[in-house]
Amino acid sequence: MSVKLTEEMLSALPDARGHFGAYGGRFVSETLMDSLMTLEKEYLQMKKDPEFQAKFDKDLADYVGRPSPLYFAERLTRETGGAQIWLKREDLNHTGAHKVNNTIGQALLASFLGKKRIIAETGAGQHGVATATVCARLGLECHVFMGAEDVQRQSLNVYRMKLLGAQVHAVESGTRTLKDAMNDAMRDWVSHVDDTFYIIGTVAGPHPYPLLVRDFQSVIGRETRRQALDKTGKLPDALVACVGGGSNAIGMFYPFLGDETVEMYGVEAGGLGIETGQHAAPLCAGRPGVLHGNRTYLMEDENGQIAGTHSVSAGLDYPGVGPEHAWLKDIGRANYVSVTDDEALDGFRMLTRVEGIMPALETAHAVAYGVKKAAEMDKDQMLVINISGRGDKDIHTIAQLDGIEI
Amino acid sequence: MSRIQGVLKDLKDQGRKALIPYITAGDPHPDATVGLMHSLVEAGADIIELGVPFSDPMADGPVIQLACERALKHGTSLRQVIGMVKEFRKEDDKTPVVLMGYLNPMEAMGYEAFADAAADAGVDGILTVDLPPEEADDVAPLFARRKLDAIFLLAPTTIDERIRAIAEHSSGYVYYVSFKGVTGAAKINVDEVAAKVAHIHEMTALPVGVGFGIRDAETAAAVGRVSDGVIVGSVLVDTIARNQADTEELKRALTDLLHPMREALDSLAS
Ligand SMILES: Cc1ncc(COP(=O)(O)O)c(C=O)c1O
Repeated sequence: MSVKLTEEMLSALPDARGHFGAYGGRFVSETLMDSLMTLEKEYLQMKKDPEFQAKFDKDLADYVGRPSPLYFAERLTRETGGAQIWLKREDLNHTGAHKVNNTIGQALLASFLGKKRIIAETGAGQHGVATATVCARLGLECHVFMGAEDVQRQSLNVYRMKLLGAQVHAVESGTRTLKDAMNDAMRDWVSHVDDTFYIIGTVAGPHPYPLLVRDFQSVIGRETRRQALDKTGKLPDALVACVGGGSNAIGMFYPFLGDETVEMYGVEAGGLGIETGQHAAPLCAGRPGVLHGNRTYLMEDENGQIAGTHSVSAGLDYPGVGPEHAWLKDIGRANYVSVTDDEALDGFRMLTRVEGIMPALETAHAVAYGVKKAAEMDKDQMLVINISGRGDKDIHTIAQLDGIEI
Repeated sequence: MSRIQGVLKDLKDQGRKALIPYITAGDPHPDATVGLMHSLVEAGADIIELGVPFSDPMADGPVIQLACERALKHGTSLRQVIGMVKEFRKEDDKTPVVLMGYLNPMEAMGYEAFADAAADAGVDGILTVDLPPEEADDVAPLFARRKLDAIFLLAPTTIDERIRAIAEHSSGYVYYVSFKGVTGAAKINVDEVAAKVAHIHEMTALPVGVGFGIRDAETAAAVGRVSDGVIVGSVLVDTIARNQADTEELKRALTDLLHPMREALDSLAS
C-alpha cells in the first residue's frame, strides 16, 4: 500500500506552523517562542541562500568525508538468499555516525546567528560527540546533557566529548536517559536563551527543528538515490533504517517519498519484546501526545505521564519520535516495525562476522530487520540498509553481555 | 463575570494586590492537598494555582521537579487533581482555583472530557505551560464555552506584537514570567520587571500577575508595587518538601511564609 506524494504536497510540509498533518507544531513555554521564530525565519532564508548551501556542502565533503559509499554487501546477500543488500555507509563519516551531517548544518546556523554557546542533548553520545567536534572546530563553548545511565553505558563517548573540550552534564532526574537529557537541555536553553544555540540531535523538538534536521540529513537519501541509479540503473525496492528520534531514517526516506515504488521500513527498538512493555517503540505501540515541543506518537501511561523506555541501545531509548514519521505512519507511506534487543545483537554479530563491518547497536536494529526483510524478497530486488553509525562505542556493552571484562 | 475576574476586580477596587500561591497537587501526598489549599486561603491567598504533576516538567527547576516526582509516586492523576478541587469547593466557593500544568495529561484525558470535569468541579482557570496561543485553536473554545479562564504566559522575550495577541487570547489575567529561566531560580530583577509590566499594562486591560523568583515579603512587595498580583511557587513547594512528615507543622510553616507577604502587599494599598 503506497501513497503517491507529489512534489507539491511534500514542499507544503511542514506547514507555516510546523505541522505535519496532526503532528509537529511548537509546544514550548513562552520564553522560547521568540528564539524559535527567529530561528525559523533565519533558516528559511539560509535554505535558499546559495552561499550557505555551498558552505554546508563543502564541509560535508572536506570535513565529514562525503559522499559516503553505497556498498554492495555481497556475502551478506548470499547468506541471506533474498534481495541484494546494499549498505549506506554513514558509519564512515567523521566521528562515526550520521549525526555529524546535522551538527555541521546547525553549527553553521549558530555562527550566522552570532551565538557563541552551544548546548546539546545526547543518548548514545554520538550526537554529543558530533556537537563537541564542530564546537572544537569553530571555537564554540559546548555543553552536552546526557542521562546519568547513558553516561555509564556510553563512557567511551563521554571521554571523547571531554577530550574535545565539551562539558558533559550527567542528568540525574526522571529516568536518567535521553528524554531527561532533553528536558535539562531545554531548561538550560530557557535560562541562557540570549547567547545559546540549542543543537537538537534528531528530527524531534519544536518547529523548526524537525524541518531543519531533516533537511541537513537528507543528504543521505539524495546520495543513495544517485548512487543506486549510477550503480544499478534503478531505484531501490526497499529502504531500512533504525528509528530513535528518526533523523537517520528521515534523512534516508525523504528524498524517496515521491518514488511510489520504494518501500520504507523504520525499525524501532523492541527491547525485551513489545508485549512486555519494556521497549522504546512509540510508533508501533504508543499513541499521539505532546512532549518536547511537538505532537507525535509517545509512550505514555493512561494518565498522560511519559513512560519509561527500555532498549539495549542508548540512542533508541526515547519515548517519542519525530513528527514527520508520525505523519508518514498515519498516511501509510512508511512502515514502522520493531526488533528486540536480542535480534539486534544477532544483527550486530552477523554484520561484523559476514561483512567485517561493526555497526552501532542502534544501527544493528536496522541490520536485523533488513536481513529478515531481504530474505522475503526476490533476488533481483534491491534493499538498502542505512548503516547510521559504527559500533566502537558499544564494545563495552557487548563484552558485558558476553560476560567478558575488557 | 468569572470568579477570577470578580476577585481581581474587588482587589483592584480596594487598591490591593493579589497573592497567588502555587502548590503541586498530590505533594507530599494526595490526601494532604485539599487541607493545604484551605491553609493557603487562611494565610491570605486570593487565588490558588494548583499544579498538575507531570513526568517531564521542562519549565521547572529542581524544586518543582521533585514535587512532581513525589506526587506521581502516589499516582496523582489529572482526574484526581480535579477531584481535589471538587472536594475543596465543598467548603470554599469563593477562592478561584487555576490548574497549572503541561499539555499531555489533558491531551490523554481528552480535551472535552477534561473541560467538562474541570468546570463541573469548580475549576476557574487553566494555565498550560507548553501551550502557546498558536496551538490552542481547538482547546480554547472548549474552555471559553464552559467559562474557564484561559491564562497564558508572557515572558521577557515576548515582543509587543505577541503581547497583544496573547492578551487577546487570555481571560482572567495574564501571567508574566519575571525572568528567562526555570521556576525556582533566584534571578529576579525588579527594575526590569517593573518596566516590562508597565509596558504590558499599556497593551492590555487584563490584570498582570507576576511569577518566578518571588520568595519573601520583600520581593512580593517590590513586584506587587508594579503588578496586579504575585505568584509564589518554589519557596512554598520547598517548604512542603522540608516538612513532609508533619502536616500541622507544614501548615504552620506555609502560614509563616505567606503571612508576611500578605502584610507586605496590603501595606502597599493606596
Ligand atoms: C548510530 C546511531 N544511529 C541511530 C541513532 C538514533 O537517532 P535517529 O533516530 O535520530 O537517527 C543514534 C542516536 O544516538 C545513533 O548514534
